[in-house]
Amino acid sequence: MQAGPLLVAYAIDRAVPALREDDLGPLVAVGVGYLGCALAGGCLQYAFLTASARVNQDVLLDLRGRIFRHAQALSIDFHERYTSGRLISRSTTDVESLRELLSEGLQELVTVVLSFLYICALLLWLDLGLGAVAVASFGPLYLLVRVYQRRAGRVFRARSTAIAAVIVKFVETVNGIRPVRAFRREAVNEADFKVLNQRHERTNGDALLEMARYVVGSRLVANTAVALIVLWGAQRVADGSLALGVLAAAVLYLRRLYDPIDRLGMFLNSYQSAAASLEKIAGLLAQEPSVPEPAAPLELPARRPGMPGREVVFDGVAFGYRTGGEVLPRFDLTLAAGRTVAVVGSTGAGKSTLAKLLARFYDPTAGRVLLDGVDLRDLAVTELRCGVVMVTQEAFLFSGTVAENIAIGRPDASREDIERAAKALGAHEFISALPDGYDTDVRRRGGRISAGQRQLVAFARALLADPAVLILDEATSSLDVPGERAVQAAMATVLKGRTAVVIAHRLSTVEIADRVLVMEHGRIVEDGTPAELVAGTGRFAGLHRAWRDSLA
Amino acid sequence: MPTTPAPTEDRSAVRTLLRLWPYVRPVRVRLFTAAVIAVVASCTGLVIPLVLKWMVDGPVADRDSAGVWLGALSLLLLGAAEALLFGLRRWLVARPLSRVEADMRADLYRHLQRLPVAFHDRWASGQLLSRGTTDLMLLRMFLAFPLTFLLVNAVTILVGVTIMLLQDWTLGLVVLGPAIPVVVTCVFFENRYARVARRAQDQVGDLTTVVEESVLGIRIIKGFGRHRSQARAFRDLSAGLRGTELHKARLLATIWAVIVTLPELAIGAALVLGTVQVADGELSAGTLVAFLSTALALRWPVDSIGFLLAMSQEAATATERYFEVMDAEPEDEGVPGGRAPRDRGFSGRRVSAGDEPAASSRRVSTGEGRAESDGPASAPTSAPASASASTSASTSASSASAPEGGLRFHGVSFRYPDADPGSPPVLDRIDLHVRAGESMALVGATGSGKTTLTALVPRLHEVTSGWITLDGEDITAMPREELRAKVAVAFEEPTLFSASVGENVLMGAGGDADDGDLERALAVAQAEFVHALPQGTRTQVGEQGLSLSGGQRQRLALARAVVGRPRFLVLDDPLSALDVHTEAAVEAALRRVLADTTALIVAHRPSTVLLADRVALLSGGRITAVGTHHELLRTNAEYAHLMSGDQEADHR
Repeated sequence: MQAGPLLVAYAIDRAVPALREDDLGPLVAVGVGYLGCALAGGCLQYAFLTASARVNQDVLLDLRGRIFRHAQALSIDFHERYTSGRLISRSTTDVESLRELLSEGLQELVTVVLSFLYICALLLWLDLGLGAVAVASFGPLYLLVRVYQRRAGRVFRARSTAIAAVIVKFVETVNGIRPVRAFRREAVNEADFKVLNQRHERTNGDALLEMARYVVGSRLVANTAVALIVLWGAQRVADGSLALGVLAAAVLYLRRLYDPIDRLGMFLNSYQSAAASLEKIAGLLAQEPSVPEPAAPLELPARRPGMPGREVVFDGVAFGYRTGGEVLPRFDLTLAAGRTVAVVGSTGAGKSTLAKLLARFYDPTAGRVLLDGVDLRDLAVTELRCGVVMVTQEAFLFSGTVAENIAIGRPDASREDIERAAKALGAHEFISALPDGYDTDVRRRGGRISAGQRQLVAFARALLADPAVLILDEATSSLDVPGERAVQAAMATVLKGRTAVVIAHRLSTVEIADRVLVMEHGRIVEDGTPAELVAGTGRFAGLHRAWRDSLA
Repeated sequence: MPTTPAPTEDRSAVRTLLRLWPYVRPVRVRLFTAAVIAVVASCTGLVIPLVLKWMVDGPVADRDSAGVWLGALSLLLLGAAEALLFGLRRWLVARPLSRVEADMRADLYRHLQRLPVAFHDRWASGQLLSRGTTDLMLLRMFLAFPLTFLLVNAVTILVGVTIMLLQDWTLGLVVLGPAIPVVVTCVFFENRYARVARRAQDQVGDLTTVVEESVLGIRIIKGFGRHRSQARAFRDLSAGLRGTELHKARLLATIWAVIVTLPELAIGAALVLGTVQVADGELSAGTLVAFLSTALALRWPVDSIGFLLAMSQEAATATERYFEVMDAEPEDEGVPGGRAPRDRGFSGRRVSAGDEPAASSRRVSTGEGRAESDGPASAPTSAPASASASTSASTSASSASAPEGGLRFHGVSFRYPDADPGSPPVLDRIDLHVRAGESMALVGATGSGKTTLTALVPRLHEVTSGWITLDGEDITAMPREELRAKVAVAFEEPTLFSASVGENVLMGAGGDADDGDLERALAVAQAEFVHALPQGTRTQVGEQGLSLSGGQRQRLALARAVVGRPRFLVLDDPLSALDVHTEAAVEAALRRVLADTTALIVAHRPSTVLLADRVALLSGGRITAVGTHHELLRTNAEYAHLMSGDQEADHR
């Protein structure tokens, strides 16, 4: 691709005199040479672009997948700290800036570096002196690049943070559009957004200005070098120590040598922006999952026939957040296989923490949680999730059809299985009444499916998953009484014999339990069958009386 | 999974890009100046070969050292000028272009906040987000480079070609030869490229949606151990994106190859011809050098046209995607007196308005009717005298009279705007009167439309027919701001925003609320736990703050609803996530608030129902019974079933 000027020099210095002597050879050589160069250039260009695109896309595919998988592997408490907006920004805009670097920047860099090397070599070969001057001009250019890198790095980091803040606000508003509307937050939000958006605008402008500075500096150096070389070269042609053709070729090459410095700027631009993003992505990837998968997973003992539930033992378990503050002081607890245990208590009593320890969303800070004698930490994720399933109050629906949402419980479930699960919960009727029945797209987070219906769908997942231990964390809070009864009926039939932990504040739910635990400040303060507790004088008895009154 | 509506029509890229004009307008002077500067700078670059020619033919050949110095000096000056002009161009556009991007993003955000809730139900937020981020970045880059450089390169090529033609027109024509095939190739491939580019952008949007959902639904994914299948879905989508990107790259590579090869061939031909001419003495060596130097200087502008056009195509699709959202009709601001166009209109309303006094007069005549179902559907035939008397009175006067107070639904039907017009409506001719100061519980089976009914009051959705009045005033006749200030809502899904606890609660008040109000609201909602948080009411919550439990969030949402002492309160199952003790305490406090507030409370449980004075039963899209809890428990089997769960299969 860079042979052009060389052929020009050859044409002027050789072909012209040869032609004057009627020798067509050199001219034909020039013509064929140029033809070859042009074709080769085109083919190489094609090959290079497609090949580099393949490499780039493979890298991106890998990176996207890695961020995604890593984010998914990180524990719940990480997700509670690291906001969803930031995570989304990591895997969208930050990956996007890497994409830019790879698809445009890297290609620039390869072109630039290759042509630099090639042209320098040619210049040195054409004339050592001229070439040396050209090479020397790289000194100041290098300095410029370094200065630019340092300054731009700072700006780009600020920009990446700024866009993440914009995204957080954006996502929060779009997802919370109902309260935004109802509480007339539009103006306030706009003002907040304006601040964030302007911060991004400013850093963005700063980045562009840094680029402008660099371009001025580098162009100045390049053009000065061209002028110097021409001056010196012309002097030498004048005193006869340099051929005219060589000077012509050298000048043509010089223009080409410095042509890509703007593009080098573009590369540096995307490089800095990508580096800032990569730093953040690396920060994310460096997060250790605090609930790691076991290196040598154990298997659960086979379920005993007729006893699908498993025994749960909390063995000297204590839990506190790493920020300090003990949530659950050390306790021992055994939940018999196949029994339903209800956990009641006020908010913050530690009920959910207990459930999360059992579902291994967290690991205890001390002690062990055993499932049929096996430490949860020794179970592979698939094995664990076959064993323990947790249904929470927050019934999130993924985009896709209703059937797909239920099938999350067991991806290989047939349509019959899915419908059977729905029927067991009395959810079949409303699903069939949807425009496309089970194939109705729930769109974004179930806009048209009521909260109660969503909880039924969430419960159908659990039914389908057929776990040995089922944890219900306020999983029926939005259901009406008949819905709740249907769930209880399903537990008594479809999930009969499973170990169940039910966190509920509705005493109607508690009544079906074999055992009730009353928690307060992280401790279990009452423990017994519902009948025993009702008959007693404890907190539960009081609550139960109040509830009975409300039904009268 | 794809959630983007397919592009409706094939629009030309130029026409699409022209829609950016309103945003570019404020910075047009700078942008235009920058473009002119770029053209000048580029032409400066083209003058340099001419100086070289002059040097080679003149001073160098004549061994005139003064001339050489002069030439070198002018080269230096031209070079410096070029550098400064390029810098000036960038400096001129740096701030304005960031501003265009920011303005467009702010507009998108503002528009999204004003689009109907139905729009948000339809659109995945990932698709919206990718429009607000990557698409806008593409547009900024388009304005910064391709737009300017398409102009600059066109002018540069034009000037360069003119220079070449002036120097030697035969060589010039030879160099121009490939122009037509290049243009044809470009046009052919750009069209295909545009389609592929659009697909890639949509796939990015889908990918964003999956990422977002997997983050927001992380508990479910973990709970069922589904991260592998989620990762597979993600991998499939990103593999699809990779395929599209590769297709894009192949198209681009073809364009590039053509653009690189053809002009090079032409230059080669010109070189051969030129050499012959120089040998024949028809052309000076200097002219040939200058000519080729110019031709080579034009290579970059010509080469770059391929990717500049590609970037323009991407910018056009990004613009298209941006305006897909911007073109969606926002909610009207609720101009006083104006009615939403899809309502039945004035005539229909006036007719039924005539029934209002009749209905209310009946209530007067029957005393404190309890189990009645108000409205035209059960319009009485009795009391014609009083009815005609009130009808003769002006409607506006009667609507302000005492019996018209409170919250009232008049023959309200509702069907989601995107639902099949033939499908049964979600709500069918609802007539319901919540008297001033009264609290009414709304009971119905799961999915019977209770939440939908409550969403109609603050006009989150618009009624399909019928109308709703607050103290006799049609809600469509008041500005939305005012309506939403009057009606406070606690949603079933308690959303907290990234702000302090105090701010989250106080956003329910008009802005004149103080700490006293905050404390009172927190006390009502039994949300004193906030004082135990690290920074008390100044603790940050929401996306970027402390995560609170469902019960805690629900209590804050409740506090938010009551903090402004609203006249009208709509509570959607406000106690569902509360534990038993707290529920009892909240109920006690809430009763005091409800004593003088008109409230509509969606309830699932007896304990919540007991907060209300009366209960309305919603069934099959209609209000089938109204009365006190105990009355309905005795007289209505469906209600008894809903409340106690007994008598299985009696209904439905």
